[in-house]
Amino acid sequence: MDFGLSEEQVLLTDSVSRLLTECAPLERTRRFAERLEPRADDVWRALVDQGVPGLVIDETQGGSGLGLLDAALVAEVLGRHVAPVPFVASCVLAPHALAHAGSPAQQNEWLPRLASGERVVGVAQSEHCGAREDAGVTAHGGRLEGRALFVLDFEADAYLVASRDGALHLVSADAAGLERTPLVTIDRSRRVGELRFTAVPADTLPGSADGHVLAELIARGRVMHAADTLGAAQHMLDQAVAYAGTREQFGRKIASFQAVKHLCADMASQLEPCRALLWYAAYAQDALPDEAALYACHAKAHLAEVGSFVARTATEVHGGMGFTDLLGLHYWFKRIGLNRQLLGSPERAREDAARLQGL
Amino acid sequence: MDLSFDPRYERFRAELRAFLDTHGHEAPRGAVDLRASATLAWQKRLLAAGYAGRTIPREYGGYGAAPDILEARIIAEEFASAQVFAGLAGQGIKMLIPTLLRFGTEEQRQRFIRPTLEGEMIWCQGYSEPNAGSDLASLRTRAVLDGDHWVVNGQKIWTSTAHLADWMFCLVRTEPEAPKHKGISFLLFPMTTPGIEIRPLTTMTGDASFNEVFFTDVRVPRDSMIGGRGDGWKVANTLLGFERGMLGDPNVTLMRFNALVELMKHETVDGRRLIDSPVYRERLMKIQGRMLALRANDLRLLSAGLNDKPAPLAGLVVKLVGTELRHELEALAIDALGELGVLYRGSPLLRDAGMWQQHYMYFLGLIIGGGTAQIQKNIIAERGLGMPREPQLA
Repeated sequence: MDFGLSEEQVLLTDSVSRLLTECAPLERTRRFAERLEPRADDVWRALVDQGVPGLVIDETQGGSGLGLLDAALVAEVLGRHVAPVPFVASCVLAPHALAHAGSPAQQNEWLPRLASGERVVGVAQSEHCGAREDAGVTAHGGRLEGRALFVLDFEADAYLVASRDGALHLVSADAAGLERTPLVTIDRSRRVGELRFTAVPADTLPGSADGHVLAELIARGRVMHAADTLGAAQHMLDQAVAYAGTREQFGRKIASFQAVKHLCADMASQLEPCRALLWYAAYAQDALPDEAALYACHAKAHLAEVGSFVARTATEVHGGMGFTDLLGLHYWFKRIGLNRQLLGSPERAREDAARLQGL
Repeated sequence: MDLSFDPRYERFRAELRAFLDTHGHEAPRGAVDLRASATLAWQKRLLAAGYAGRTIPREYGGYGAAPDILEARIIAEEFASAQVFAGLAGQGIKMLIPTLLRFGTEEQRQRFIRPTLEGEMIWCQGYSEPNAGSDLASLRTRAVLDGDHWVVNGQKIWTSTAHLADWMFCLVRTEPEAPKHKGISFLLFPMTTPGIEIRPLTTMTGDASFNEVFFTDVRVPRDSMIGGRGDGWKVANTLLGFERGMLGDPNVTLMRFNALVELMKHETVDGRRLIDSPVYRERLMKIQGRMLALRANDLRLLSAGLNDKPAPLAGLVVKLVGTELRHELEALAIDALGELGVLYRGSPLLRDAGMWQQHYMYFLGLIIGGGTAQIQKNIIAERGLGMPREPQLA
């Protein structure tokens, strides 16, 4: 019995973190963001060399066969570094859907290419966590019609699209009738976008008809966004503590003022229990099916609340500097802001939590 | 990470459910009378079955089981779900016993642990003084050696259960010349020792659960001390670490949460169940999210102790966050009950014997007691985050 990380998991997060420190410092994310580069290929290749895209893909398909907790730990590191790479859709959700609902042919075509990082697959499912405007996709006779918003890992070679009935379909990015529009959000470290479908030919995942795999994707996606927020918020807290330890006013380090210390203690006391919540929620997705969906809702909602609190408070501890573009703290603030809304706002996730318990 | 529920745990849970079905009705209900024979009988039954004192060695009156985080979790869940009193959890059991296991002599363990576990020996904690609250280390109650005895003079305050207690563990100044943290020792003595006077303090709940305790030439045998002369601050801090884990214990919060869900399912406003109000349900779910975070944090702490993966920050935050959560949980019940929520003892319409109001107020006390929220934040910032202390005034 053990509730904690294994040595391998600690090594994994350390090595991905070291890699990102080298190849994706803030200046790299800033360049990606300011120039609206579609992909940061150098960063992506470095992650590919570490095997990150194949983390949860079976070893027989060229991956490492690890679990969702391992993926969540990597998501946390990506959040901590505001890394400008696809991950949640292409490395976690699409592989899960293919492995559990794909035909052998679909699996053989896609899983090895996802594991090798040769292909990126975006995921369009946000309508199932609250459809905005007239968004929604219908499937008919192997073709898709409609519109999908907030597609994750948008700069992709193909998309996994959830239709209104909960089934999942693969669509090539260059398919006839598919119109792609990037959506510019506050968080320019990741790409999301809109897809419009006009009789777009689609390859349906045969095991997806009853919608249960889509439900798993939503739960897993929520855990991943929560993990990303945990990493980003931890970075902001660390930065706030470090800044307060160097900044002097009234002849003392501001870290020695209780007013500042208490802000940092408030952040730490909210954030630290989130770490265990996230571990439990991620582990539950693979090992505790009865609790998986409920914990995904609560991890998503609770991390969203704590993340927003830390984002705001850590910015305040930095004083006026926190508000500047120069310091760049806002990249983490905005990362947390986007995570909060994706796949269901905290209110939506809590509503789902209540429903799951029959309340 | 390995929480695999192998069949052994399913059996453990089934046995516990059967135990609760058979014996649950024997447990005391509502406000527990620590001296009642039914309370003591229930405690003995729990000890014998291994649902209390589970990991305390057998030679000291415990059950002697190896620590197991899943068993601990199952015990907490099942008692919470059955709404059955899970056993005595006072300062003696939750704070002194672990301290004795760490710092006590063999003779002290043999003498004190068993009767404490069985509820025959109730303890109170002599820490705070009128002028040593947040600045506890400036305490002035002194003990002077006279032959084979310490002679104690001074005063303690906020002493919970002193009026019920058989014994006190008490911080006294034995080395007046030493720096303030180095001059303190940790004494144990019976409350029947001549020279002790107890005056109850009635709190906002209406209960006299706190006391002032006065010492006039109280003679305590020289060896009735945990740790050596001047080691008291170290022992006291270890014990306060256990206290931080006890106040705001998420397993107790779970029991209250389950009671709150039941309340919201049964009480109505305008003929509609409270649970069907989206506003109250949203507040309930927010509280559940925070509670699940603290429950997972608790698993991490249990595991940290067993598997040598220290998580110091995770332990430091429990009291601060856990007491705040309890206060807000009780507040939600009161808000959801509306006017019914402000009724108190004596009203015929009172719900659950006034427990929601009583806990709501009591937990405000616990936000202050055991080191105020502000002191907790200093500790979290300084020990947890490595931030500097406030400069001392010259």
